[in-house]
Amino acid sequence: MKLEAKNVNFFYGDFHALKDINMKIESNTVTAFIGPSGCGKSTFLRLFNRMNDLIADTHLDGECMLGDTNIYDKSISVDELRKTVGMVFQKPNPFPKSIFENVAYGLRINGERSKSVIEDTVETSLRQAALWEEVKDKLKKSAYALSGGQQQRLCIARALAVNPSVILMDEPASALDPISTSKIEELIFELKNHYTVVIVTHNMQQAARVSDKTGFFMLGELIEYDDTKKIFLNPEKEQTQNYITGRFG
Amino acid sequence: MKSNNIHKKVSQNVMFWIFRIMSFSVVAILFWIIGFIVYRGIGVINWEFLTAAPEEGMTKGGIFPAIVGTFYLVIGSMLVAFPIGVMSGIYMNEYATNKHIVRVIRIMTNNLGGIPSIVFGLFGMSLFVNKLGFGDSILAGSLTLGLLALPLIIRITEEALKAIPDSYRHGSLALGATKLQTIGRVVLPAAFPNIMTGLILSIGRVSGETAPILFTAAAYFLPKLPSSIYDQVMALPYHLYVIATSGTDLEATRPMAYGTALVLIVIVLIMNLLANYLRKKFTK
Repeated sequence: MKLEAKNVNFFYGDFHALKDINMKIESNTVTAFIGPSGCGKSTFLRLFNRMNDLIADTHLDGECMLGDTNIYDKSISVDELRKTVGMVFQKPNPFPKSIFENVAYGLRINGERSKSVIEDTVETSLRQAALWEEVKDKLKKSAYALSGGQQQRLCIARALAVNPSVILMDEPASALDPISTSKIEELIFELKNHYTVVIVTHNMQQAARVSDKTGFFMLGELIEYDDTKKIFLNPEKEQTQNYITGRFG
Repeated sequence: MKSNNIHKKVSQNVMFWIFRIMSFSVVAILFWIIGFIVYRGIGVINWEFLTAAPEEGMTKGGIFPAIVGTFYLVIGSMLVAFPIGVMSGIYMNEYATNKHIVRVIRIMTNNLGGIPSIVFGLFGMSLFVNKLGFGDSILAGSLTLGLLALPLIIRITEEALKAIPDSYRHGSLALGATKLQTIGRVVLPAAFPNIMTGLILSIGRVSGETAPILFTAAAYFLPKLPSSIYDQVMALPYHLYVIATSGTDLEATRPMAYGTALVLIVIVLIMNLLANYLRKKFTK
């Protein structure tokens, strides 16, 4: 088991954002979280790299496990955790640096000095993110010279360069055009050979296309969590049925 | 109905012209001042004026010691104010989580910025010159000018950091960077052009100040250049004040005064233009 949530309750101040959630996510799978806006799926995702720590006045009950460790244990270093659990954000957010330096960033903060190691890792990561061929001749150019879709793949490469085992994606294609989106989806499909991928998406076709398992959230509860096929073809709960057929949301 | 419309149109036009005249008058005044100084001062500007010490009761020679003195005071004050100011700004925008504390610091900083510069001079004299025993010196003058420049640098640093989107910070933190690494490697480099702009603006401000150095650093007349930070210096704004008001022969020193004013204005102008240029260049 790669990731596991045990009786997770999460609060923004007094607001009960996640209600008693239990979930197990296996290694080398793609798991999609779907649900209407404000249902807590992004909040839940961010629990696994502790990005919610950055928000003041929040509170977690329950346990989030990465393998056998509770990542909210006092002995856990958040920086180290985030090197293992990478994240790609909704809007591409490359640093205002060159393409090369964006990918090299994670290595540099880890104190990697060897030029050849950095160069190799940058190339490997960009290849993995299916971006190498497009940028290999302009690595010194600003990351902002790239298109939105390329920027997002750069952010994926940047995350891969740190050598994580889990990659969290928070609506990674929602700001992109259809062609860029399909590239990201192909990429996600490739990534699961080496990584455990968890993706939040508003796009149900996307969830159906890329994921092995799907969790449907509503009003802070995990309504249903099962094989993606089952969720989309034959869901157990009526709320799930209503949502995927577009009757509300 | 119709006459009402005409009335509206007229009053619109009248107000529009008043606004326009007001804003043009600002520009006109600026050009008038600069033109006046240039007209009166340009005659004495020559190589000797810029490179020689004053001679014969400041009626002859140049203002080189004052230029050098101002240069030292600017460097000294920035060495004081820049690290303190930038670090305070970083603390306020990146670290302080308690909004009330930040507000109190900000109010205090703004108040510090509102204190008349002569009061800084008085404070500098009593603390640095007398209490700490630095005497009238570059050190005391730099510290005093540094205090004066602090609020500006703090505010500009804070604004520069605020303009950096959180998505950069989150991107860095999500890669396992510490907060310090995030600030040092992503946030500060991105904010750097704007912070430099602030630095240059405060240099312009500091180089023109007279009151803070009046009791803390400035000398009436020194034929030689300072050799340590405990020496007094001549400085452009104070020199201007001296030769305009208390020379032995005011009529004879008048052209020197305009020349000094011109040099001072040109320095400040260059600083402001440089700040503008940097901001434009880096925000492209």
